[in-house]
Amino acid sequence: MALSRENIINLVLALLLLVVPVAASQMGQPFTVTLATRIAVLALAATGLNIALGLGGLVSFGHAVFFGIGGYAAGILASHVFSGEPMMFGFEGSNQMPVIWIFAVIACGLAGLAIGAISLRTSGVYFIMITLAFAQMIYYFAISWPAYGGEDGLSILVRNQFPGINTMLPLSFFLLCYGVLIACIGLFALLRGSRFGAALQAARQNEVRVAAVGISPYGIRLAAFVVSAMMTGLAGALYADLNKFVSPSMLSWHMSGELIVLIILGGTGRLFGPVAGAMLYVIFEFALGGLTERWQFFLGLILLGVVLFARGGLIGLLAGKARHD
Amino acid sequence: MTESPVLEITDLVKTFGALRASDGVTLDLRSGEVHALIGPNGAGKSTLIHQICGTQKQDSGTIHFAGQDIGRLGVAERARLGLGRTFQVSSLAPEFSALRNVMLAVQARAGSSFRFFRPVMRDRGLIDQARAMLERVGLAGRAKIPAAELSHGERRQLEIAIALALGSKAFLLDEPMAGMGPEGSKRLTGFLDTLRHEAPILLVEHDMDAVFALADRISVLVYGRVIATGTVEEIRRDPAVRTAYLGDHA
Repeated sequence: MALSRENIINLVLALLLLVVPVAASQMGQPFTVTLATRIAVLALAATGLNIALGLGGLVSFGHAVFFGIGGYAAGILASHVFSGEPMMFGFEGSNQMPVIWIFAVIACGLAGLAIGAISLRTSGVYFIMITLAFAQMIYYFAISWPAYGGEDGLSILVRNQFPGINTMLPLSFFLLCYGVLIACIGLFALLRGSRFGAALQAARQNEVRVAAVGISPYGIRLAAFVVSAMMTGLAGALYADLNKFVSPSMLSWHMSGELIVLIILGGTGRLFGPVAGAMLYVIFEFALGGLTERWQFFLGLILLGVVLFARGGLIGLLAGKARHD
Repeated sequence: MTESPVLEITDLVKTFGALRASDGVTLDLRSGEVHALIGPNGAGKSTLIHQICGTQKQDSGTIHFAGQDIGRLGVAERARLGLGRTFQVSSLAPEFSALRNVMLAVQARAGSSFRFFRPVMRDRGLIDQARAMLERVGLAGRAKIPAAELSHGERRQLEIAIALALGSKAFLLDEPMAGMGPEGSKRLTGFLDTLRHEAPILLVEHDMDAVFALADRISVLVYGRVIATGTVEEIRRDPAVRTAYLGDHA
């Protein structure tokens, strides 16, 4: 089977994101590895959002909620292991990533179900505002909840562990994040190509048509929103472990906006759009952030350019218009 | 006709402020027939279609379809019962190919859209059924073209293919001839004539040639009221209809 142009680009991006940190690690540059890990984790969060936004056309301006809940799951579970105080029902917390991830994903699934069930009754600008409102509620809740650091956030003293992997080594932790990212991109591809994905994408294109063939768009969208929330939550748990720190800023609307920006930069609804977007964003942040504190001004200019002249983002620019078989 | 009608509308009332868009509409669709609904602009034809499909809810009156009261059901539920419609302005998933538009209908009919993993493009059953529908409406050669790039007439055909794929028990065709050239209208008229064997058709149409060629019965809607229902001949002769609508055409 011949590879399409987009698939070749995807492969190149995947290899680039793998080879650069491995080489950098060999050359003794752990900072580059950390940057690559940041790219992988942000790309994972944005891949989650891409299910709702890219496939479903649901512009959630509150996905930081799930990113933050994932982060706090990691922080809170780990903090109980260190303090030795049990949580509820004598549960001692955990510093094992698989356990943390399960907690993060389930918590985000439930939060996604509750927020989605209400938000999806609206559409358009109201949907954007209501998801933002939910995110703000949870943000202020985190700020005013002293048990876990409140405004100051919560440190993870030692990075959580994964069986068989020394997560303290930057490259090992990167490879773990990279593996999770690729697995989730694979899941995204499966969802997109499935019956569910067909209904979801059709509902974005024409809701009336979908109802006229007897599929209720609400249920399809809610399922998409929940899966989307879970994936972004998983990324949040990794992000907390990357920084060994969680704070309410992970829940803030800036974070929600950043995730949307990543997707638009890379290409909305495209398989590797979030990866391309995260690469651009982090490299930009690093390169320009060194020169000026106002690097986001220049990011804004680029975003403006993309929205005006390259709607398909970086992937669209390189691979052309999206094709549905 | 001893069979009970497929679609039975009784005393339907819908008002918008002072405007009575449906003013006690009673209408039925029997199996095997083409029932044309005609009337001047603003007579309430669209409002009636909306109420049958469920996009608008009637103020009072009942709608029975396939032996069931559907008056309170949602759009998707009514479609699942077998109410297949085409739109006055074509309504399709524009980015999807013609084939994928029909595949969506096949999957909807087959049941669940909550299947998350199996790729649809490797689902032979789904593809073959959709392709068969495209063939029936004469669109097989355009299967891979995105709906947005199809011609006006082709989009009409595609909508009918979708309604066919749903296994509809009744077709609700909202001005299928609108915007078609004389050649296209003629071809579509011929096709609709075969479609009636599949399921009865409620046809809203302005093209009187098509209506007279196809209809077994005609109802005339004026100011939200059905002023006459009858065979083509009866309607042509009806003096009230002539003054209200037909003018010289009859």
